[in-house]
Amino acid sequence: METSANKKSVFLEGVRDGIPIALGYFAVSFSLGIAARNAGVTVLQGMIASFLCMASAGQYALFSLIGAAASLWEVALVTLITNARYFLMSCALSQKIDPEMKNYHRFILGAVVTDEIFGITVNRPGYLDPRYNYGAMAVTMPGWAIGTGLGIMMGTLLPARLVSALSVALFGMFIAVFIPPAKKDKMVLGCVAVSFAAALLFDLVPFLREISAGTRTILLTVIIAAGAAALFPREEERDE
Amino acid sequence: MNNYLYILTTFLVIYAVRVLPLTLIRKPIKNRFIRSFLYYVPYVTLAVMTFPAIIRATQEPLAGGAALIAGIAAAWRGCKLLTVAVICCVVVFILEMFL
Repeated sequence: METSANKKSVFLEGVRDGIPIALGYFAVSFSLGIAARNAGVTVLQGMIASFLCMASAGQYALFSLIGAAASLWEVALVTLITNARYFLMSCALSQKIDPEMKNYHRFILGAVVTDEIFGITVNRPGYLDPRYNYGAMAVTMPGWAIGTGLGIMMGTLLPARLVSALSVALFGMFIAVFIPPAKKDKMVLGCVAVSFAAALLFDLVPFLREISAGTRTILLTVIIAAGAAALFPREEERDE
Repeated sequence: MNNYLYILTTFLVIYAVRVLPLTLIRKPIKNRFIRSFLYYVPYVTLAVMTFPAIIRATQEPLAGGAALIAGIAAAWRGCKLLTVAVICCVVVFILEMFL
């Protein structure tokens, strides 16, 4: 039997590993807040969205679509596409769950599968310990939500040049997610290059530029990823 | 339309995406095409959303372009997420002083 001190230390381990993540989240979500403010999202709405969704790319897409007065169907589709990677991560995490674990943990853990939380979770040997994840969630969720709220609140108070600089933090985070695998896997590198070229084409060509940003993301992702999967199927799944 | 409806829609979809594999799928996906497709999806999505959007986000397109190049270089050299984000911001901040 485990003692309560043991339970507490696993939770605190999660808190410890969550702190640097929370600091990173704070900076990025501030930039996300600026995007939300531009879309007319209030501080409360932005914080609720951040607390519930815990997703950078997904929320960035959500706020742009709110700004573009898109339909709910478009929002649902774009959310599905931009967050498809969490499906993969959850598949991987499901393999690390102790069959003896209480079912309700799965429903709580499922709320916060992010790139970074996934990263620290799979780094731990053996079965996943939900208390570790709860510790990490206890610091990363407030970090993400408060950063978003402050970005919406202070975006207007900061000088335009500073806002301009902070607004690229989010893109910096995207870059930090897709470049390391592109360095290791030439197929991913090719996908990134094709994606850049295709997105630029959709941005410049008269007819194509009429297509909304959300639809563009769906179209290009499905076409390029399906093309890559058909032409260059992966031999073996590596642990990400 | 009410912003809360947008947020609720995103929350429901994203929660389903995360929780369904955790609760339902107990075995790995076997289909090679689907596995490959799901593997490529995140990188393509992020790349499509990054460029040329990063150039449109800054006051000066050149600063956004420089941030993109600096970010790629930093990530390529193994910098972590927060470092890459900060480098991009600093590049834009410094360049826009002169541009």
